[in-house]
Amino acid sequence: MSTQNTSARAQVRKTYKLYVGGAFPRSESGQVYPALDSKGALVANVALASRKDARDAVSAARKAFGGWSSKTAYNRGQVLYRIAEVLEDRRAQFVESVVQAEGVDAKRANAIVDESIDRLVWYAGWTDKITQVLSGANPVAGPFFNQSSPEPTGVVAVVAPQASSLLGLVSVIAPVIATGNTVVVLSSFERPVAAVNLAEVLATSDVPGGVVNILTGDWRPVAPWLATHMDVNAIDLTGVAADADAAFDLEQAAAANLKRVLRPGNVEEDFFLEPHLSRMTTFLETKTVWHPIGK
Amino acid sequence: MVKVPESAPVASLFEYAPAPESRSVVDIKPSYGLFVDGEFVDGTGESFATINPATEEHLAHVAEASEADVDRAVKAARRAYDKVWSKMSGRERAKYLFRIARIIQERAKEFAVLETLDNGKPIKETRDFDVPTVAAHFFYYAGWADKLAYAVPGNPAPKPLGVAAQVIPWNFPLMMLAWKVAPALAAGNTVVLKPAETTPLTALLFAEVCQEAGLPNGVVNIVTGAGATGAALVAHPDVNKVAFTGSTDVGRTIARQVAGTSKRLTLELGGKGANIVYEDAPMDEAVEGVVNGIFFNQGHVCCAGSRLLVQESIQDEFLERLQRRMETLRVGDPLDKNTDIGAINSAEQLARITELAQAGEDEGANRWSPSSCVLPEKGFFFAPTLFTDVSQTHRVAREEIFGPVLSVLSFRTPTEAVQKANNTPFGLSAGVWSEKGSRTLWTANQLRAGVVWANSFNKFDATSPFGGYKESGYGREGGRQGLEGYLK
Repeated sequence: MSTQNTSARAQVRKTYKLYVGGAFPRSESGQVYPALDSKGALVANVALASRKDARDAVSAARKAFGGWSSKTAYNRGQVLYRIAEVLEDRRAQFVESVVQAEGVDAKRANAIVDESIDRLVWYAGWTDKITQVLSGANPVAGPFFNQSSPEPTGVVAVVAPQASSLLGLVSVIAPVIATGNTVVVLSSFERPVAAVNLAEVLATSDVPGGVVNILTGDWRPVAPWLATHMDVNAIDLTGVAADADAAFDLEQAAAANLKRVLRPGNVEEDFFLEPHLSRMTTFLETKTVWHPIGK
Repeated sequence: MVKVPESAPVASLFEYAPAPESRSVVDIKPSYGLFVDGEFVDGTGESFATINPATEEHLAHVAEASEADVDRAVKAARRAYDKVWSKMSGRERAKYLFRIARIIQERAKEFAVLETLDNGKPIKETRDFDVPTVAAHFFYYAGWADKLAYAVPGNPAPKPLGVAAQVIPWNFPLMMLAWKVAPALAAGNTVVLKPAETTPLTALLFAEVCQEAGLPNGVVNIVTGAGATGAALVAHPDVNKVAFTGSTDVGRTIARQVAGTSKRLTLELGGKGANIVYEDAPMDEAVEGVVNGIFFNQGHVCCAGSRLLVQESIQDEFLERLQRRMETLRVGDPLDKNTDIGAINSAEQLARITELAQAGEDEGANRWSPSSCVLPEKGFFFAPTLFTDVSQTHRVAREEIFGPVLSVLSFRTPTEAVQKANNTPFGLSAGVWSEKGSRTLWTANQLRAGVVWANSFNKFDATSPFGGYKESGYGREGGRQGLEGYLK
């Protein structure tokens, strides 16, 4: 359709914003950057998250942690499954954004969206099983009830994969929230559109505000602030795979308050493979409870 | 000697207005066939009637599956197992189970009302307990279907067994179905299920849910009928797994029948659970728990706390409070949202309860029921009943009554409590009431029972293994352990 035609209807275009505390704010910095499709054409201007946005996102994540971590595992599973339902419902939009951003054909994009939905379903099932797989009674040498079980660690900062704009993003968010943590995620810098759309899915999927916070923009200037942030409990560096020096710096910075660190591989991993449990266990603490036994 | 109040201590100043749930959400057909290979088919045996035990109203005719019908169902299950279900990836199986869970949630009201009509249990319980628990089981096991590598320690690549024959009782018709069908399907087995002859309707509605979910034909098959149908199913040579919930006597018969075959067996049988109340127990909570333990579901609960063991020092006060609480129980129309105790499931069961209660009196125990309790004229009802001055040799202290009848014994020391609690061939459940954690845990360790509830009773969860010691059967349902019975 020609945009020159004066009788043609002009599209209502969307302004792409951040997702923080369940709301969609513009960047505090007022800055945007152009998101391009795989052929270099402009898709939209996307909010460029600043250090201040990252701090806001951490406080939103902290605020949401108490409520989210104390929900029953069954309830968290229902919410994750709900995300999969809503994503399934809007799959066409995601197929389009994956084609646009990643330059793959429609068949491949469909497979990516399918896998993303199924990944959410996989983690939905883990919420009430991870405790059973990881915990147990310890037969201590004394009259004590003694049991160890996992608990979420708190607020997790995540640098999302740079190439895999949807499946990679889902694969890093889902394990963190399935286990009861809350998350601040820096999306793919050059392929942010799936993240913006996913934010809308999350907002309509019974995910409490603040449980997932998505920042679009360049991770390089922002990630160091998250790595040194004293109210962040863990950091997932999956998206830093292509930059060993940056990964080293961030891991060192994370030592400031002894954050748990999920290290990146040397190259961006194949997200079609079944994930390892370490995507969950890295962000879990083990709590052991002792109680005396006696008449 | 226990003080028994002459009349209701709490006169009801305000009467409850009737609050009946509408039955318009339920569409009961005049007759039902069997569900075999994805469709409803006629049985070749006689048909029988299922009635509403609260009104004795005829609800529907149901086909009785003959041996030939059972064979047809097992063949369908085998075909579905070989061709489709065992070959499907866990992740795809999971999605079917998730769909079933969602449809049950969507049609929850229909299931709740139908269960109440067919079983006689209060709508309050079907609505708030049975149906949500059923959905939760399908959700829980759906999530296991693609995680079987984590289900059994030391077995990273477990395999399904094949065709599972499942025979379930009438006390929790739909919930027992969920406990059996969900883990079986998650593990990759196909099933032939026989619901109890008095409560087949929600299983047949579940068959519709399977159709709605697009479950491949033959993965779930439902054959209705009585004992003979169940026996034919269990004995079928092409069945790899038998799962039975019901009486200890039938369980014994099945165990004998299965002996020497390669069939795997899970049995959830009877119980005579003890509720131990120590003198330092939170008294009102304990009363509530004891009431819940025996009067929930009219006492039609295999893990019911049918023996109250109360410490001698608080016995009088505890029984006074218990009786006061029992005066407030509302017995009557199960469809009324205010009803606490509904109908006994069948005339046969009512006769059995009546006979055992009479034996209690004859053997010298002291029988009491709330003076406020007026039973409906039609239908099968039994007043909540308390036996005091019970000795361990009395039938009401030894045999499973499966009705709203509580026997009271006393004890002086924790050791005596444990001895008395364990003095039964059963070992399904027990309750411990004490504010002292160390004593509760000590008691729990000493008890020979599969489930011990501390300062609570009759709690169930899809993630939590359930099952018995001793003659209460073997195998567990629920939790990771519940899957193991369906994997090799």
